[in-house]
Amino acid sequence: MVGAGLVVIGVGIGIGKIGGSAMDAIARQPEAYGKIQTAMLIAAALIEGIGFAALFAVS
Amino acid sequence: MSRTTTLILLKKKSLFLIALLFAGGLFAKENEQNQENLSAKEIQKKEIKEYIMHHLQDSYDFSLFSYTNEAGEHVYFGAPLPIILWDNGLKIFSSSKLHHGETVAEVEGNHYAISHNKIYKTDASGTITYDEEHHATNIAPLDFSITKGVVSIMFTFLLMFFLFKNLADSYAKNGGIASGAGRFFEPIVLYIRDDIAIPNIGEKKYRKYMSFLLTVFFFVWFLNMLGLTPLGINVTGNIAVTLCLALITFLLTNLTGTKDYWLHIFDPLGSTMKWYAKIPLYIILIPIEVLGIFIKPFSLLIRLYANMQAGHIVLMSLIGLMFIFKSWLGSPMSFGLAFAISLIEVLVALLQAYIFTMLSALYFGFASEEHEHHNEMEAH
Repeated sequence: MVGAGLVVIGVGIGIGKIGGSAMDAIARQPEAYGKIQTAMLIAAALIEGIGFAALFAVS
Repeated sequence: MSRTTTLILLKKKSLFLIALLFAGGLFAKENEQNQENLSAKEIQKKEIKEYIMHHLQDSYDFSLFSYTNEAGEHVYFGAPLPIILWDNGLKIFSSSKLHHGETVAEVEGNHYAISHNKIYKTDASGTITYDEEHHATNIAPLDFSITKGVVSIMFTFLLMFFLFKNLADSYAKNGGIASGAGRFFEPIVLYIRDDIAIPNIGEKKYRKYMSFLLTVFFFVWFLNMLGLTPLGINVTGNIAVTLCLALITFLLTNLTGTKDYWLHIFDPLGSTMKWYAKIPLYIILIPIEVLGIFIKPFSLLIRLYANMQAGHIVLMSLIGLMFIFKSWLGSPMSFGLAFAISLIEVLVALLQAYIFTMLSALYFGFASEEHEHHNEMEAH
């Protein structure tokens, strides 16, 4: 159970960083909005997948 | 000026009053509940948990809701579905014979009963024996039943067939212009082609993967959306379904893999190094690359399954809060939260379909890469 919490904290930090970096990138280059969003979603999904896998392994 | 300030003050005051009223209601109810027997609350919690788990599972009948009548009997509202078993010959019977797992069905001298959502062969009284690890030791016949999930998949299949047949036909009829519902789906089809398939797979080879990408996108999307209806369907939250989808991606990736794809796995350094220098590296590199072949589709299947499962659990738990709080504050809060999560789930339904398609396209792109190796040769 503690492990599940740790995993969620890690995933939260990871996705937060991705989101933040994507915001920075969009602010610098608003014309690349579409491409940045796609890359962001893929990266977020990959991290999320690991998070879910760990959660299911713990529970 | 002064009028507006008083108005704002009044508003603030009334908001505060409303909040106070709600809070008062909550505390009053809580005190009452504390005086009540605590075990009743525990039983209710367990009941809600079981109800959520039941919702997440596939079932042998399509029941929408059930209640207990005055006589204490469970009354189900829904339709039974056919059960097809292979047990020394085909056995087909209606799931109404099992009465939602409450009774034993007798078919041609054999008896069947449901335990933990699985059909087992039993004796006339329906006894099921368990070993130490609480696994049933009865014989489980091969099960090809048309369950709730299968019905949903068939429905989605028919829906997709007629929708996209219509779209294709309308091009022929109207001279290349979509009509009806096709007008909504045409941009999505084009988006998958122009923004998912072509950038990831490449202009030359994308066509042969398009049929799979489109099918999997709409299949996952429609089933995810069906899961949000009150019908209580949870198909994409079933690991067997996502496993099969990921298996198709796995097979397509590896069966259409080019020479360069396999070279990338078994000889990633190519001609950049002497062969004897590569040996110590490859002891580590090749197992990792080979594992990667399996991990990629595995992450696909886990992601879709876990996302949909988690969404359903959260939604059902929030609705379950209503029965735990039983107060003026609890019900609107539960409803509001469930409504907000439902909206997020609509987004997640589309997002997961998109991610699945996107990553499948990415893997197909790896499988059909060709250029890299030749550039390397020219450089030397």
